[in-house]
Amino acid sequence: MPIEKILAVSGTALPVRGTNIDTDRIIPARFLRSVSFDGLERHLFEDDRAQAGESHPLSNPAYHGATLLVVNANFGCGSSREHAPQAIRRRGIRAVVGESFSEIFFGNSVALGLPCVTVTPEAATDLQSAAEGEPRTSFTLDLQTMTISTATVSFPAHLPAAAREGFLDGSWDATGLLLERYTEVRHVADRLPYLRGWR
Amino acid sequence: MPSTLLEKVWNAHAVRKLPNGQTQLFVGLHLIHEVTSPQAFDMLRGRGGQVMFPDRTIATVDHIVPTKDQRRPFLDVMAEDMLSALERNCREAGVRMFDLASGSQGIVHVVGPELGLTQPGMTIACGDSHTSTHGAFGAVAFGIGTSQVRDVLASQCLALEPLKVRRIRVDGQLGSGVYAKDVILEIIRRLGVNGGVGYAYEYAGDVIDNMSMDERMTICNMSIEGGARVGYVNPDDTTVEYLRGRRFAPQGDEFERAAVWWRSLASDGGASFQDEVSIDAGAIRPTVTWGINPGQSVYVDERLPKPSTLPREEREAVEEALTFMGLAGGDPIAGTRIDVAFVGSCTNARLSDLREAARVIQGQHVAPTVRALVVPGSQAVRDAAEREGLHRVFLSAGFEWRGAGCSMCLAMNQDRLEGREVCASSSNRNFKGRQGSPVGRTLLMSPAMVAAAAVAGEIVDVRTFSRAH
Ligand code: SF4
Repeated sequence: MPIEKILAVSGTALPVRGTNIDTDRIIPARFLRSVSFDGLERHLFEDDRAQAGESHPLSNPAYHGATLLVVNANFGCGSSREHAPQAIRRRGIRAVVGESFSEIFFGNSVALGLPCVTVTPEAATDLQSAAEGEPRTSFTLDLQTMTISTATVSFPAHLPAAAREGFLDGSWDATGLLLERYTEVRHVADRLPYLRGWR
Repeated sequence: MPSTLLEKVWNAHAVRKLPNGQTQLFVGLHLIHEVTSPQAFDMLRGRGGQVMFPDRTIATVDHIVPTKDQRRPFLDVMAEDMLSALERNCREAGVRMFDLASGSQGIVHVVGPELGLTQPGMTIACGDSHTSTHGAFGAVAFGIGTSQVRDVLASQCLALEPLKVRRIRVDGQLGSGVYAKDVILEIIRRLGVNGGVGYAYEYAGDVIDNMSMDERMTICNMSIEGGARVGYVNPDDTTVEYLRGRRFAPQGDEFERAAVWWRSLASDGGASFQDEVSIDAGAIRPTVTWGINPGQSVYVDERLPKPSTLPREEREAVEEALTFMGLAGGDPIAGTRIDVAFVGSCTNARLSDLREAARVIQGQHVAPTVRALVVPGSQAVRDAAEREGLHRVFLSAGFEWRGAGCSMCLAMNQDRLEGREVCASSSNRNFKGRQGSPVGRTLLMSPAMVAAAAVAGEIVDVRTFSRAH
């Protein structure tokens, strides 16, 4: 696995407003009927888009090519389906900025190299308004300075230290790390009462 | 130093502190199913890895199985592909699987406990958010994504941030017609759908102490709907007696030694919690959700919130939910017409749930406008229910009696809502589109309330319904 550092994400932004946007809305369950993640991006927010018609930001060609997604509170709540961040990432999004995220969604995103940073509710709304007012506005999320900015405004962003470090030094993919110490793992297993016949 | 169960179990499974501050945690039991595991096996193969502890992973099939005609190959080609992929992966990796022919197949969170695989003190992971269910035994159990399923297959470990613990005490006495489902809906309504982010919920107090394991599982199951990835109950006599004699529980002398360890894991008196919440059980009434997340609920004798009377920040979300649901603020929830009644899911499809639903409908008939189905949580639940004759009660009342699976909880199979149908459901999520129709509508409630609604054709208070019939 080549080490890929993620220091910053720049580009235009897709604003998706709403609190508690759950994983069933991000990617409805019927699209999970597959043994791979291929093609999921086509169904991102599919039912929301159908119900909102042209007014859903994802249906608006002005946001085509956006690399940042700006959301509100408790984004990604609900199921553990990694299909949700997979669909987002496969659509070209490289970072998500929002008020807060569900824990499982956040962890799944880290595992894919998709940073989810939090900002204040006011900042989230301002960033969404900026993208809505001028979809070609360029944003930069800098993980070194932990700021999200446009040419005119800048807001502090937050990311738990462990996740941030992982992106900065390229160790966000945990598998390699977890495989390093087999003897120590074996040792823990051998000490657990339920794995040693309750002796 | 006095510690919580979470700390004890965490420390027993901690391999090391990772350079980034996370803990590398050993996973004692890994459960897999057909939806979130095939990509994980592919990723593992792509890296030339193999399953490190194949005997600590157990598979079953639940989300996509048809609940009517289960003959293989399934008529649904996609479902057949997904099951075949799971079978192939398990065979190649040497992972034990409880398939349709095993007699032990069912929803992964129903099967683990009833087989005695789920035990106190274990760390349990599964690519499914309702893994929190297993916390009812005093295990530390959480849902993970597919990349993490790959990590567990490869290393039997996960990299995790430590969790804070919130103790939620439920004391007093539950009224008749008020169930574990109502307790957890109450907790979610009070603490919010994201109130538990970063926390493990420890459920305690007289009411929890007096609950059966089935009821404790219902509570822990929906921890995730409150944002808490982990929920647990301290192991006690009820836990130990539930496990005695189960197929994969320790036997004989080993069981007695195990029981000593299990009991020792309960949070110590004097353990400190980051937060404590107290709930008076006597005040809880049968609860029904009216919106598009499980926190949007009212008691069955209450009215829906009126957006105009709410503070600005809440108004928009309530309006969105009412509009989607086609309900009017200020209206009573009782009397809301339903089209479908679903008794099922990992929240409420165990034997005791089916008994309660059957008791309510005994000698009555489903309303002519309602399609009603009972989907047992596992083949074992189905068999046990049939031994008691519950299936006859359901069938003669006009319910369909199905094979075990997730069914209409998320409709990855043939069971789903059509169009704008309204479903009274004993499941756990009322998200937009959850039950298969993008515009279908779900009202969550206890199995007894679903049963009463099926007969009445509308939402009714099970407390007065049962008295009147
Ligand atoms: S019953 Fe529903 S919530 Fe439970 S595992 Fe199946 S789909 Fe998920």
